[in-house]
Amino acid sequence: MLITERDQLRSEISQFVKKHGGDRSALIPALQYIQQKYTYISEFAMQAVADELDIHPVEVYGVVSFYSFLDCRPKGRFVIRLCRTISCEMQGKDRVARQLENDLGIKFGQTTPDGAFTLEYANCLGMCDQGPAMLVNDQIFSKVTPEKVHDILQGCRQVFGAHAMQRKEEHII
Amino acid sequence: MSEEIKTDRAPVSQRAHKVSAGINGDALGAKVTVQIDGNEIKVPLGTTILEAANELGIRIPTLCNHADLCVAGVCRICVVEIEGSRTLQASCAYPITQPIKVKTHSQKVRQARRHILDLLLSKHYGECYACFRNNNCELQALAKEYGVDFFRFGHPSKPFYEVDRSSYSVIRDMNKCILCRRCVRTCIDLQEVGVLDVENRGYQSKVVTYMDKLLGSVVCINCGQCINRCPTGALRANDPTDEVWAAIDDPKKHVVIQTAPSPRAAIGECFGLEPGKALTFELNTALRQCGFDKVFDTNFSADLTIIEEGTELLLRLFKNLVKGDHSQPLPQFTSCSPGWVKYIEHFYPELLPHMSSAKSPQQMFGAVIKTYYAKKQGIDPKDIVTVALMPCSAKKFECNRPEMCDSGYKDIDYGLTTREMAQMISEAGIDLPNLPKSDFDDPFGTATGSGIIFGATGGVMEAAIRSVIELVCGIRIEKLFEHARVMPVRGFEGVRYAELALPQIGPVPDLLKGLVKDWEWIKGATLKVGVCHGTANAKKVLDDIKAGGQFSQCHFIEFMACPGGCLGGGGQPIPTSPEIRAARARAIYSEDESYQIRKSHENPAVVELYQKFLTDGPCGHISHKLLHTHYLSRGKYIA
Repeated sequence: MLITERDQLRSEISQFVKKHGGDRSALIPALQYIQQKYTYISEFAMQAVADELDIHPVEVYGVVSFYSFLDCRPKGRFVIRLCRTISCEMQGKDRVARQLENDLGIKFGQTTPDGAFTLEYANCLGMCDQGPAMLVNDQIFSKVTPEKVHDILQGCRQVFGAHAMQRKEEHII
Repeated sequence: MSEEIKTDRAPVSQRAHKVSAGINGDALGAKVTVQIDGNEIKVPLGTTILEAANELGIRIPTLCNHADLCVAGVCRICVVEIEGSRTLQASCAYPITQPIKVKTHSQKVRQARRHILDLLLSKHYGECYACFRNNNCELQALAKEYGVDFFRFGHPSKPFYEVDRSSYSVIRDMNKCILCRRCVRTCIDLQEVGVLDVENRGYQSKVVTYMDKLLGSVVCINCGQCINRCPTGALRANDPTDEVWAAIDDPKKHVVIQTAPSPRAAIGECFGLEPGKALTFELNTALRQCGFDKVFDTNFSADLTIIEEGTELLLRLFKNLVKGDHSQPLPQFTSCSPGWVKYIEHFYPELLPHMSSAKSPQQMFGAVIKTYYAKKQGIDPKDIVTVALMPCSAKKFECNRPEMCDSGYKDIDYGLTTREMAQMISEAGIDLPNLPKSDFDDPFGTATGSGIIFGATGGVMEAAIRSVIELVCGIRIEKLFEHARVMPVRGFEGVRYAELALPQIGPVPDLLKGLVKDWEWIKGATLKVGVCHGTANAKKVLDDIKAGGQFSQCHFIEFMACPGGCLGGGGQPIPTSPEIRAARARAIYSEDESYQIRKSHENPAVVELYQKFLTDGPCGHISHKLLHTHYLSRGKYIA
C-alpha cells in the first residue's frame, strides 16, 4: 500500500503522543521530537499535532513561535548561534561575528543558499567565564576567536557531505 | 443566570484561580476579612481583590478582564498595593486567602497605572476621530480617566501592520491591538474555534491567526464575538453602510430592509438607553426617515422557517421511524445561525446530513422579496436592493455565499449590524428613542411572537414546539404551557435537554395534507429536543452525539453560534456581559407576549404565501428551490 509522507508523519505523531499520555502536556515533547527528526516543524506537522492533542493549530503555532529552538520554517543543516550578552560582548564577540559573516557570506538571521548554515544570535549560553561562546547545533564552543571560526566551519563542511544533504531532502514535508 | 465558562482545556496557568469554599460555606476559615481603602468586607476564600472591591463599590480599572472570560492578568492596569507585599499585584488575578489590607489608589498605584497606559499608547497607532470605537473605547476612556495629556513614551506616527480586510465579516487592524488577549480567550475558550493566539514573545508578541495567514483563509466562523469583547478598535465588522447609502440615494433602486428581532431589542443601547428596552416600532419610523422604501419584519421569514423546518422534521421522523430510511438521519439540526453552519462545515463535516436544509430567515426573505414581492409589486428584481439588519457579523458572510442566489439575483445584497444601523441613524440626525411608532409594511405585515423569540437561545425550539404541538395534536399550546411559555427550553444554561410527550393526535391540517395521511404513526411518541448556544457547547453536544450519548437520541436540536443566541451576536452593541444579554432576552420575551398571534402557522402573511406562491406546500418543489440550500464540507485543514 502506498503511504504518503503526510500519512506517515501523522501516524508517527500519533504514536509518539500516545506514548506521552495523549494530553496537552505532550505538546512540547512532540514538537521537540519533530524538530529533531525533521529539523523543522512544518505547517502540516503543527496541524497534525493539534489534531492529536485536541487543541487548535494556532495554539501549537503560538508555542512553536515562542521558543527560539523550535522552527516552523526550514533552517540550515548547521544552526550557528552566537552569544550576544554582555560578557561575550566584552570578550570580543563582534570580531567573531564579523568573521562568521565574512566566511559564510550571509548576515545574522540568514541561511546560506546551499542550505548548509544558518546564522543567529542567542542570549546567554551560560558560558560567561569562557566567552565569546557559540553554539553549533547542540555543540558548544567557548573562547572562540576569529581564527577558530574558520576551523569550526571547516569541520562542519566536512560532515556536511552527500549523506547529510540526502537526509534533509528525504524529509521535506 | 450564570453562563458556564468553559475552561477545561485552557492551560492550568490560565484557569480562573478559585479556592474551594468547602461544603459548609459558613464554616470557620471559609470566609476571610479584607480591608480595601479602609473599608472592611468579609468574602469567601478565593475571591479576587477585584471582585471584593466591586462588592464594596470601589472601582478598579480593567482592560483584559471580562465577565465572560477566564482570568488572564496580562494588562496590569488593575494593579493594587497590598500591605506587606514587595510589588504591586494584579487585582483580577489575586485570590484572597488571608486577611490583607489593600490600597487601590495610592501614589505608587496611580503612577504605575499611568505608566502602563503610556506604554500601551506608545504602541497604539491610530487617530481616535477616525476609529469606529470613538467614545466607546475602553483604552480611550482610561486615558481620559487617568488624565493622559502627553505621550511619555512616544506615539507611533506610522502603522506597523497592514489591515486585514480579507474576511467578509471581520476586519483586523493589529495596529490598534493592546495584546489584552480577550479575543484569544473568546475564540479558544468561549467559542472553541481557535482562530487567534499570540505568536512570538515579549516585545515581539502579536495576536495572529495560524501562521499569520489572512482571516479569510483560516477556519474563522465569523461569529464576531471577538469584536464584542475587544476593548479597542482592533477588531471591527466589515461595514457596508456607504454602499447602502449609495443605493438609497439612487432613485432607480427600490431599497427594502428587513429587521431581525435582536437588533430591535438592543439598538437603544447605542442611543444611551438601558439594555432591555425594545424599540421595534420606533425603528420602523427611523428607517423610513433614513430613506428605505419598505421596512419588513424578518420574523415573517422566521415563521416561514418554522413551517419549512418543522415540516422537514416531521418528514424526517416519518422516514427514519416508519420507513427505516436513514439518508437524512435524526436528530435534525437547526440551520438559522450562519456562524454555526460554518462551524459544522469546518469541524464536523461528517454530521452535515443532520442539518436542516432550510435557509436562515434572512436568506429566505431575500429569495421571497426578489421573486414573490417583485412580481406582486411589478418591480424588476434587478432594481431591488435588499438590506438586512441583523445582530450578526456572520450574516455578512452568509449573504455572500455563492449558493445564495436562488432568486436569480443575489438574494440579500447587504447585511448591516445593529451598530452600523445606529451609526446610519445618527448620521441622518434622527433621535431614535423619541420617534413616533409605526408598523411594518405590507404585504408581509407584522409577524408573530414565535418569530420574535428567534433572537434568544431556545427561541427557535420554542417556536417549533408551539407549531408542531398545535399541528400534530390539534390542541392549543396554552393547554400544555401557561401563556405559551415553553419553559423547559428557556434559560441560559449552555446545554439544555427536554422531553415532551405528545398528549394526543389530531386531524392533519390543510397545510400538510399533501405530505402525510394521518398522525397514527406518531401517536404516543415523546419528542426529545436539545438546545445549546455558543459553539463550545455545540462541540460538547456533537461529541456526545458521536459517542452515542443522550443527544444522539434527540429528534431536534437547536444550535446558535453566539452565547445567549442572536441577542448576544457579534453585530450587537458593545459591550456585552451576561447581565446585558439577560436584559435583552427579557425585552424579547415580553415583546412576544404583547403580540396577538404567537404561533408561526397562524401568521396570515405566511398562510397567504403558501396559497398564492408556494402552491405545492412546505418542502414542496418551489420551496425547495427558493427556501432550501445545501452545505459544503470544508474541513479544518488550513492550507
